[in-house]
Amino acid sequence: MGRGRLLYVPFWAAYAFLYLPIAVLVVMSFNSGDSAYTLDGFSLKWYGELAADERIRDGLVNTLIVATGSTAIATVLGTMLAVGLARHTRSKTLDAVALMPAVLPDLVLAIGLLVFYGVIQLTLGLYSVVLAHGLFAMAFVAAVVRTRLAGADTSLEEASRDLGAGPVATFMRITLPQLVPGIVAGALLAFTLSLDEFVIAYFTIGNSEQTLPIVIYSMIRFGVTPKINALAAILLLVSFTAVIAGQRLTRIGESRAQD
Amino acid sequence: MSRSRGRRLGAFVFLSPGLTYLLVLMLVPLVLVLGTSFFQRGRFGGVVYEFTTENFGRLVDPLYLGVLGDSVRIAVLTTLLALLIGYPTAYLIARLPRKWKTVALVAIVLPFWTNFIIRIYAWIMLLNGPGLVNSGLKLLGLGPYELLYNDGAIVVGLLYSYLPLMVLPLYAAIERLDPQLREASANLGASAFTTFRKVTLPLTVPGVLTGSLFVFVPSFGNFVIPEMLGGSKSIMVGNLIRNQFLKARDWPFGSTLALALIAVLVVLLVAQAWAARRG
Repeated sequence: MGRGRLLYVPFWAAYAFLYLPIAVLVVMSFNSGDSAYTLDGFSLKWYGELAADERIRDGLVNTLIVATGSTAIATVLGTMLAVGLARHTRSKTLDAVALMPAVLPDLVLAIGLLVFYGVIQLTLGLYSVVLAHGLFAMAFVAAVVRTRLAGADTSLEEASRDLGAGPVATFMRITLPQLVPGIVAGALLAFTLSLDEFVIAYFTIGNSEQTLPIVIYSMIRFGVTPKINALAAILLLVSFTAVIAGQRLTRIGESRAQD
Repeated sequence: MSRSRGRRLGAFVFLSPGLTYLLVLMLVPLVLVLGTSFFQRGRFGGVVYEFTTENFGRLVDPLYLGVLGDSVRIAVLTTLLALLIGYPTAYLIARLPRKWKTVALVAIVLPFWTNFIIRIYAWIMLLNGPGLVNSGLKLLGLGPYELLYNDGAIVVGLLYSYLPLMVLPLYAAIERLDPQLREASANLGASAFTTFRKVTLPLTVPGVLTGSLFVFVPSFGNFVIPEMLGGSKSIMVGNLIRNQFLKARDWPFGSTLALALIAVLVVLLVAQAWAARRG
């Protein structure tokens, strides 16, 4: 018993380690003073400053454009890839290739794309980031949808074919509706990953635009200010909401699949 | 007959868009990186398309070998610490009642979904001279210490960023264990520690290997954390690659370094697959 209790030390230490920095970050965002280190009093002024900061606003717009574009690519291609891999081939190599963008270090993908864009002489900008994010997000969507396909009942598809429905009708009316929770979860994942992605964007965006993580990165290099804390608090809220919504969604999907 | 043709048509329709995308934006770029590593840098940056193996010779320069060694050392230390904290955490989560299990797991993953740069920023705030850690130490009559801009700060940052990647595979491995095995071991007179050493730990080795790989890979190739939390002397292989591409403009040598990075990771993957098959 006493020895079992000892295990709780690293357990709680892990949670304290994960959440203490976040808590400090959020508390300091309400600082009425100018310091990111000493709390003088409560105020929302940094949130006001944040809203007035054009660089951050531009960065946010760029990030949303990139995330929307890459999620669209990743969701469509990733879903098709997952269906193709699960239903139309047994190739282990293709499986591995499809997963590679998720496994390769981001730095390797980033320089690969930089060299490639250089060779085809593409002017870097938001669209080069959209294409790059679409690549790794597609791997994640494909993985999520595949898990869902593995649990799906193939006898329904067979019954549909036996009853005379063509492959297109079977796909649109039987396979696809079963996959919807997986596709939505995959799209959410792709969107969140793109929102936060720094390394690949940093390499492939060129000099004329910045995404939000790149704006934050360059702001931090000039020093710490509660304005970044306010931004952090808002982003935390958004990420946490998205994750919990995604969690709910998967659970609804699962309980429906069990019915 | 018509079904098998339909199957081939289906394979083409569903697979070709995604595979084309992978071919053009991943496989071709990787081949280009490989090719670039055999060329020379131009005098004003850029690539001169003349064959050379000189870039690979530069890899064994003590300066660069030292950086590779430092990167391995920092990534290994991070992985070991993650294992030390992650194993007991995963073990306890696996034994929680079902309802709390989900909550505990989501709570482990949640910080992972927040902005990467902001998570590192939090540690600058905490570890900096006037930061919270030094304020806490001051209450105990200690410090202030220079906690930021050294290898220790890099390890803390990496650990903070990748700990969830250790806990999840460990949890999956521990959760799968049959509790009867532990009971049997205890009934046969083994102490809790012996049961852990002889039953639980050997059966969860695959989880340990996967988690270690998940933490080691992003730690080893990182350049953002060493740049933001490390000192001017702490350079990891990721920083070196970044600098060759964006500062020194020596793409050929940067590509060679990236190949070295991939080589280390491939060796690890093969070793892990081998160990998993044996265990």
